[in-house]
Amino acid sequence: MRRHHDMGGQAAGPVDTAERDYAPWGKRVDAIVRLMSDKKRRLIRVDELRRGIEDLGPAAYEEYNYYERWIASTTNILIEKGILGIDELGRRMEDVRARWEASK
Amino acid sequence: MSRPITIGDTVRIRQAFPPGHVRTPYFIRGKTGEVIRLLSDYANPEELAYGRDGKPALPVYWVKFQQSDLWSDYAGQEQDTAVVEVMENWLETMDE
Amino acid sequence: MSDPHGHDHSHADDDWPYPHPKQPDLEDGELTEHMVMAEAVEQLLIDKGIFSADEMRRMLEQIDAKSPAEGARMVARAWLDPDFKARLLEDVNAAAKELNIDAGPIPILAIENTHALHNAIVCTLCSCYPKFLIGLPPDWYKSRNYRSRMISEPRAVLAEFGTMIADDVEVRVHDSTADLRYMILPMRPQGAEGLDEEALAALVTRDSMIGVTVIDKV
Repeated sequence: MRRHHDMGGQAAGPVDTAERDYAPWGKRVDAIVRLMSDKKRRLIRVDELRRGIEDLGPAAYEEYNYYERWIASTTNILIEKGILGIDELGRRMEDVRARWEASK
Repeated sequence: MSRPITIGDTVRIRQAFPPGHVRTPYFIRGKTGEVIRLLSDYANPEELAYGRDGKPALPVYWVKFQQSDLWSDYAGQEQDTAVVEVMENWLETMDE
Repeated sequence: MSDPHGHDHSHADDDWPYPHPKQPDLEDGELTEHMVMAEAVEQLLIDKGIFSADEMRRMLEQIDAKSPAEGARMVARAWLDPDFKARLLEDVNAAAKELNIDAGPIPILAIENTHALHNAIVCTLCSCYPKFLIGLPPDWYKSRNYRSRMISEPRAVLAEFGTMIADDVEVRVHDSTADLRYMILPMRPQGAEGLDEEALAALVTRDSMIGVTVIDKV
């Protein structure tokens, strides 16, 4: 059994070498991970994050981009560890969405 | 009795295909290569990934493979190689 | 204190204690599910005191401050100074400190390209990359196509970058799987004699430190 993320040697297309800017929100996700895993906090390990990404399943590779997988995994792990609650997350996400809508 | 793995040893990557967080890539399982470098001991990522401490730390080695041994249709040159870091629990020494 | 986008990031705004703009960051375009999640997570973690808005601001600055330039300086110094090169090959993080560079918490190993051996790096399992030294990886490094094919058809992938390695040179691909990162020490190009360290550093590209290109123009 080969897991989906374990892709060395699989057939694939040409490499798209185009340069792209880093999305600001993606850098924020990176910053969250670095802060959560730093010496001061040690609340999450990158190994856990990777495992969480792998466990998102093959569809995550088709449907989500790199930072989408990172935040999905990070959030799942923070919920598992009890650092974030589903209730507060749901409420806050609606709040964020509402603010965005209101600004349009 | 197993002896410590040293540079120059021929090793085989254990042929096993467990689920879970594994850092030994699929493409080297069951393949034979040469140990060319000894790296530090590292906590086991198979444990770290689940919130455990991954101790005892295990040695990690650079294992060099001939590309023609890894890929039946390898299109490069005979002398081309791939090097993968492999943790000791995934290595089997070839006894003479 | 405002940024070029006109957002006010000052602390004076008491009802908005977060370091990101109250108005959505228009550079991000359309709002996706995951962007909403990221922002909510960040806010909650700040609310809970797990990190501060200041720490987030500083971390973003640190991320932005890293670019291939520091790696390039180290390569240029190694080209000029054989003793530094030996120390670089021994321990990148320690050698970086000599140049007042913080290479980050993860050990980085430098791998030297020679006339007989061309090395390149991939992380087939995820996207491990020496980002604490040379900044964030390019999209292609993290892509399925690179991660899948670089390990099994390196010469074809190198050709897609315009790089041809001679038939008698060994192409060696390193798959970065452990808690270690790699940078390639590219070969110094011909015709670079007489250039000073700054001029040499300007020749060293990110892609040459990944090993998908060689530096052949001066």
